[in-house]
Amino acid sequence: MKLSDEEQAIRGGEFGRLRQWAIEHQIKVGDYLGAADFVSVTQAHIMADTESLGRAGVEWLEHWAALPVVQRQVRVPTISDPRGTDFAQAQKLKQQPWMLDLERRAIAAFEALGVLMTDTCINYQTIMPPVRGEHVAYGDTGVVIYCNSVCGARSNFEGGPSALSAGLTGRTPRYGYHLDAQRQATLVVELSATPRELSDWGALGGIVGRLTGDYSQVPALVGVDRVPGPDELKHFGAALASFGSVALFHIAGVTPEAMRLADVIPEGSALPTRAIGEADIRAFQTGYAKDIGAVDLVVFSAPQLSLIEMQSLAGLLDGRNAEIPLFAVTSPQVKPDCDRLGLTARIEAAGGTVLSGMCFYQSYAREIAEANGWHGLATNSAKLVNIIGGYGYRPVLLSMAQCVEAACAGGKLTA
Amino acid sequence: MTQKIFYAAAGMGRKVRATALVASDGFSARYDLDRIAGVFSRPEHKLAGESYVGRVLVLDAAKGGVATAWMLHEMQARGVMPAALVLNRANPIMVQGAALADFTMISGFDCDITKTIANGAEVEVDPTGARPFIRVV
Repeated sequence: MKLSDEEQAIRGGEFGRLRQWAIEHQIKVGDYLGAADFVSVTQAHIMADTESLGRAGVEWLEHWAALPVVQRQVRVPTISDPRGTDFAQAQKLKQQPWMLDLERRAIAAFEALGVLMTDTCINYQTIMPPVRGEHVAYGDTGVVIYCNSVCGARSNFEGGPSALSAGLTGRTPRYGYHLDAQRQATLVVELSATPRELSDWGALGGIVGRLTGDYSQVPALVGVDRVPGPDELKHFGAALASFGSVALFHIAGVTPEAMRLADVIPEGSALPTRAIGEADIRAFQTGYAKDIGAVDLVVFSAPQLSLIEMQSLAGLLDGRNAEIPLFAVTSPQVKPDCDRLGLTARIEAAGGTVLSGMCFYQSYAREIAEANGWHGLATNSAKLVNIIGGYGYRPVLLSMAQCVEAACAGGKLTA
Repeated sequence: MTQKIFYAAAGMGRKVRATALVASDGFSARYDLDRIAGVFSRPEHKLAGESYVGRVLVLDAAKGGVATAWMLHEMQARGVMPAALVLNRANPIMVQGAALADFTMISGFDCDITKTIANGAEVEVDPTGARPFIRVV
């Protein structure tokens, strides 16, 4: 990689050992992925729950957090992805003291590094959405795909170590979605039915993700008969990224780089085209429901719920009673509004629990399943369905209303 | 058993030799593994129930979320870790995770590497030269 004078100075250790480690890490990654040089970034977003970090990761952070302030603090605004717990509700989840202790240590280390502990995966809805063309270094695949696609920003998937490095150096290797050429479509998806429910949008993301299945692939959708809302695109993008490792999509006439489909089709190329309809979406959903008659809990998470989703959930639960655990996970930015506007009280009056600043699958999901005897899980998040099976759950993808019905029927699923 | 060398587009880490665990399926540490038990745990994965510890994983593509960037480091620290990762297609997260963990990984072949290396074969993975490669020994 070609290095500027400042980058060479960072590499030489003039800005301290941590920044030296950071740029060496970035060069290693950039060399592997063919980056010619670095690009400056304006924001970073770090995914770093302690189930992923483990003790080794937390100790690694604490090692750097012990450096003098001038050497250890990030250079550009750097925020955090959801944590592994909501300390106020940890007992309800039956999380163990060692888990909470590890979380506290990680938080202290990140704060020492200058990270703003926003604990959210919907920063594009609540903190500071990037603008078109802005180069950023975001973690959480759902954040990256939404900001690339809907906002027109430029980010690769930046795992925790790389996002932290970007925060410390103020730059990232220029490869992948920082480059114009990578942002062209590689596949056209013709929709014959526009999804209605959030779970349908997630299912569509899952289907397209299975079709693409590769980080270099960029699907372009045509046939969407209305402008989808932010929550719909949030669920679509999160599932697409989860099932397909995809970081960018276009929707003709909707997303900013594809006002016309031709804007994202490489000149002279005939892209492969796939058709997806209502039957495909239903088949995707029923594929998860086979042989499951009942569930043990209902989870709304992944991504965290917006204020509008929380309002919808409160409306569905009014006057009802959840007979099995029902968790609604939102961000620390949305939760105070839910409290102020009475949404938290309405959800909890119906037996639900509102969790803030965490993500269900990042919360030691295997251990809390064993502690609580949970197995069958209903959710309206296709992303959660894709992930949680690996933690020993049997997930079912339903609409938000169907999830509420299941919760109020003691977990029983109706056909 | 072939003696042919299969060259990769990119690689990092040390030279390793171990038994290959092969499947035409993806890889994500969060989605696919029980990292405590050291086995593939996602029921739909073609290697479900198989131990990955000390094996050279030969798989199709990197999948899933960003957690693997930390998880390889955590797995390495506990010693419950594959010997190497060989992929048709990597994504940035696998590269970032391998870089932090100082883990051996190569990717990018002119053939489908999962169709070329037999499951259970003894293989050598060498990312240290100008042309990273895997070969059956």
